[in-house]
Amino acid sequence: MELSINKAKFTPKVFILVALILLATGMLFGIIGGLQYILPGFLKEALSFEKTRPLHVSSVLFWILFASMGAVLTYLKEHIGNKLYSNYLSRLLFFLFVVSIFSILIAYFLGKFGGREYWEFPPILSLPIIIGWIIFLINFVFSLGSLKKQPVYIWMWLTGIIFFLFTFLESYLWLFPYFNNQVVNDMNIQWKSYGSMVGSWNMLIYGASMYLMTKISNDKSYAYSTKAFVLYFAGLFNLMFNWGHHIYTLPTQPYVQYISYAVSMTELLILGNIIYGWKATLTKAQKFFHRDAYRFLVAADVWIFLNLMLAICMSVPAINLYTHGTHITVAHAMGTTIGINTMLLLAVCYDILKDTCISLAPYQKMMRFGFWLANSSLLAFWIALIGAGILKVKWQMNSEQIAFSLMMQNLSPFFLVFTISGVLLLVGILLSIYPLFKNHLACFFSEK
Amino acid sequence: MLPDKQKFIVFIVLCIVFLSYSGFLYSHLPVSNPNFSITEAKGKTLWQKHNCTACHQIYGLGGYLGPDLTNEYSLKGSDFIHIFLQTGNTTMPNYHFSETEIQELNAYLKSVDLSGKSDPRKFSINTNGTINQ
Repeated sequence: MELSINKAKFTPKVFILVALILLATGMLFGIIGGLQYILPGFLKEALSFEKTRPLHVSSVLFWILFASMGAVLTYLKEHIGNKLYSNYLSRLLFFLFVVSIFSILIAYFLGKFGGREYWEFPPILSLPIIIGWIIFLINFVFSLGSLKKQPVYIWMWLTGIIFFLFTFLESYLWLFPYFNNQVVNDMNIQWKSYGSMVGSWNMLIYGASMYLMTKISNDKSYAYSTKAFVLYFAGLFNLMFNWGHHIYTLPTQPYVQYISYAVSMTELLILGNIIYGWKATLTKAQKFFHRDAYRFLVAADVWIFLNLMLAICMSVPAINLYTHGTHITVAHAMGTTIGINTMLLLAVCYDILKDTCISLAPYQKMMRFGFWLANSSLLAFWIALIGAGILKVKWQMNSEQIAFSLMMQNLSPFFLVFTISGVLLLVGILLSIYPLFKNHLACFFSEK
Repeated sequence: MLPDKQKFIVFIVLCIVFLSYSGFLYSHLPVSNPNFSITEAKGKTLWQKHNCTACHQIYGLGGYLGPDLTNEYSLKGSDFIHIFLQTGNTTMPNYHFSETEIQELNAYLKSVDLSGKSDPRKFSINTNGTINQ
């Protein structure tokens, strides 16, 4: 028996398969990083933390990028009811991104870094990402044809693609001495780009989840409505101008703080509104039919509200002053990346990789258990980070600070909880995605 | 339903404002006459090459395993930094930096220190919720 990957069978679903592998890989590195918090010196020589962290961050970021690309290409194809402009360009995009992430992970193992937050790889490795993303944009635009009379999710995807390219390029302005010749100047532009970049991939994810909800409800009217577009433009406004909350304490121009304070972090509220509006229109039968995907949308809904409260607090400079640089910021980052983005993308994965080649019925119990385990572990994980953050706030505002190492020792019970819950979260996610992975592999690899 | 024309207008206006704001920020960087020496620049390159930001923060941005190093130079002094870079500790590996590299990293941390204060206790809070250094 010989296995083959038929070129003609290449579909955007392959992006989802790689995305799921990267999600599991990223979480595994996250657990190793967690162990390095509770066991100082753990793997210090072989895989020290300056390697573990970028391995975790890049794997998870590429999970988001791969899953978003797969979702956009799959749903765009469904939306236009035709083939994409070029299957060759889709394959080339896939190839460039696979080469990229492999090279990046290998560079980290070898200790080769670019040393920037998020994109910690050597700058040369950003080239295939840039080329790939331009290919993605070309394929999207030519497949779509025209923006006239298009629903809001098409606008969201196009916006996400364009702004990711812009902000990604902007994040490399540091290569020019003009931007890199002083730490405050450098960080000012660096976090301007990063803040908007997060908004750009949120556009891709939220657009995909909106398309999915349109499918579930069998009602396209909302996606064309004035309300949906008003909320979309409000989201775009946030993407463009809310990034300053990352750098409230940086000695930059005061107007950066004022502008960001005024417009920050309402994007989650916007999405919460959208999901809430749709839920009311769903019939029980429809919910039952799509129950696996729908469960994750509901979970994302809950995480939106939890993180929204945190986000609103952190967007107020006077509160941000306390939480900045503490694990409360990490709780927010994890809550939004796992609780919102990952849950929405898993819903999309369930929709795209549903039981096309094998029946998922025998796995229902496992998937439900995985879902609940993942979400309850994430709650413990999130609370532990907030707990650690509160203690760090007390430490950093104390007039008589104890040594940093002693403060970290005091936080160790929280680190223990977040590491254990991280392990359980990984198990929950693996149980949730295993049947999808099995189904997809059954479709992808076929006997000659 | 919004007419397409209105959607395009709103989109284009937002993009123009965004690009103008970006251009303004690029041309009005916070520090207009930076004095970054070659030694400090080499120190920054070393900082990035060894991915120090994975564990350490500058202005509260970066990793959480090690301390924020924005004002480490004035708080602990160059000798302390020198010894730390030479030996590492339980968590931080010994990178076997050369004497020159240690001086470059020290110079970089000195320039970061001179750029401002990151200690939240040094800020004042205004009644409208904004903060000042």
